[in-house]
Amino acid sequence: MIELKGLTKLFGKKPVVEDVSVTIESGMITSFIGPNGAGKSTLLSMVSRLLDADTGEVLLDKESVKKWKSSEFSKRVSILKQANHINVRLTVRELVSFGRYPYSKGHLTAEDEKFVDQAIEYMNLTEMQDKFLDELSGGQRQRAFIAMVIAQDTDYILLDEPLNNLDMKHSVQIMKILRKLVDELGKTVVIVLHDINFASVYSDRIVALKNGKLVKNGPTHEIINSDALREIYDMDIPIQEQNGCRICVYFNSHTEAK
Amino acid sequence: MRNNSTKLIFLAVLAIICILLYAFYDIKGGFDYAFPKRMMRIGAMVVTGVAISYSTVVFQTITHNRILTPSVMGLDSMYQVVQTLIYFFAGSLSIWVLNKYLNFGASIIAMVLFALILYRFLFRADKHPIYLLLLIGMILGTLLGSFVTFLQVLIDPLEYLSLQSRLFASFTKVNADLLYIAIGILFIAFIYGYRIMGKLDVMSLGRENAINLGINYDRMVMNILILSSVLIATSTALVGPITFFGLIVANLSYQYLVTYKHSVLILGASLISIIALVGGQFLVEHIFELRTTLSVIINFIGGIYFIYLLLKESRSAG
Repeated sequence: MIELKGLTKLFGKKPVVEDVSVTIESGMITSFIGPNGAGKSTLLSMVSRLLDADTGEVLLDKESVKKWKSSEFSKRVSILKQANHINVRLTVRELVSFGRYPYSKGHLTAEDEKFVDQAIEYMNLTEMQDKFLDELSGGQRQRAFIAMVIAQDTDYILLDEPLNNLDMKHSVQIMKILRKLVDELGKTVVIVLHDINFASVYSDRIVALKNGKLVKNGPTHEIINSDALREIYDMDIPIQEQNGCRICVYFNSHTEAK
Repeated sequence: MRNNSTKLIFLAVLAIICILLYAFYDIKGGFDYAFPKRMMRIGAMVVTGVAISYSTVVFQTITHNRILTPSVMGLDSMYQVVQTLIYFFAGSLSIWVLNKYLNFGASIIAMVLFALILYRFLFRADKHPIYLLLLIGMILGTLLGSFVTFLQVLIDPLEYLSLQSRLFASFTKVNADLLYIAIGILFIAFIYGYRIMGKLDVMSLGRENAINLGINYDRMVMNILILSSVLIATSTALVGPITFFGLIVANLSYQYLVTYKHSVLILGASLISIIALVGGQFLVEHIFELRTTLSVIINFIGGIYFIYLLLKESRSAG
């Protein structure tokens, strides 16, 4: 279980995240949603120790993240940020193999290779595993990075806008794979999403932020309704039900200019 | 991978040929006199080559660039400043010049301190674009260079002659005792350096990916910067500044051995250094008959290569 307790982060004097407390439930997909600049990515960075919180703390299994040994923590929690530019030239397989570093420290065992094979297969990359990353399309590269995180085999997988720059087909593919990871392998996924419809259709719980503050936190069906969304986005968003999925039709909503 | 081992063996053979050639070619006069002298020079070249290769490659890994090196960032200018200040204030007959240990130690300490202050300033806001850093390094180098020139025109011409001989890199005047000290420093640095090879590979994926994989990134960066500046300072204090050398050998190694593995990259760069230094010195002594010096050739070729790299980078960025 991951608990966020009273997290605050200041950039200069301006709080980007202010006193946020959330418990991440295990075995579920939790989506962080909210308008631009709400502090979603910053919050995720603090959970994954990429950023230090100014006040408050993050607990993994009741123990502060700061007390965890970095190498042990990396066997429990993985994070993938949105911008992944790498200076070195790597093949897909080499990149995915890096996911085993917390266990193997660079010397892959037969078991490590097995995990790498599985992760590559999971992300449908088997045929292109020996290609260099710079030869791939944006969507393929994104899948390669997710495969690295899968090979890392952590209980918690944190993803910061993994659907950025992906077309519909690849976005759906990736969300389905995340769903599989949770349903079949019992992982816990925390994901920052821009498109609320992906959050609505694929996540179990939603955490909504606005101006750095927590505004909603609960099961998906409690958040995806016009009243809650108005509070989050300042928009009137009608909701339509389609094959049991709630779709937010926000494209021609009335917005208040601020 | 097999491909890379063949390439490394090829480099190693070439390096050994260069060393043998330099050690035994055309030994005139007493063998007992010439041979130890030549071995000493070879020792100095190997030590400098390896130190510069190692520190440049790791520096470029943690700064995520392939054009900046500690030398280009102004460390070489700092060496000139230290030497000039010593001559300016203490004079060529002072203990700071005559006692080689004192001079050696003072140079190293001053350069390492300078490097750490510079890095602290540069990496505090970690999102500086590479060209800004490069510009700062260049301007700093010019500033220190002008400062040095200013002091040099004020000192006695005889003193200046004596100073000048220290400001150019030379493998022929290396002091044996200092060489042993340098080997000692290198040895200690490499024990640590060898243990972090795997971490360096992970760190080349960038800060966020490295932290994700369990690297204590910010602390490692500081450790590596210290290590790198100690090595480069040691080699500069030993033979003098060869500004563009690290840049050439590191980039040749990246180009020749296409890999992310630091063990391979660093070994490759070290072998290329040995070939360039020992082979180059051989050419200088036996072909050019000492009408030029190795550091001049290196800086000439290195400068051209540097411009080539800049043009290449700006084209790929644009």
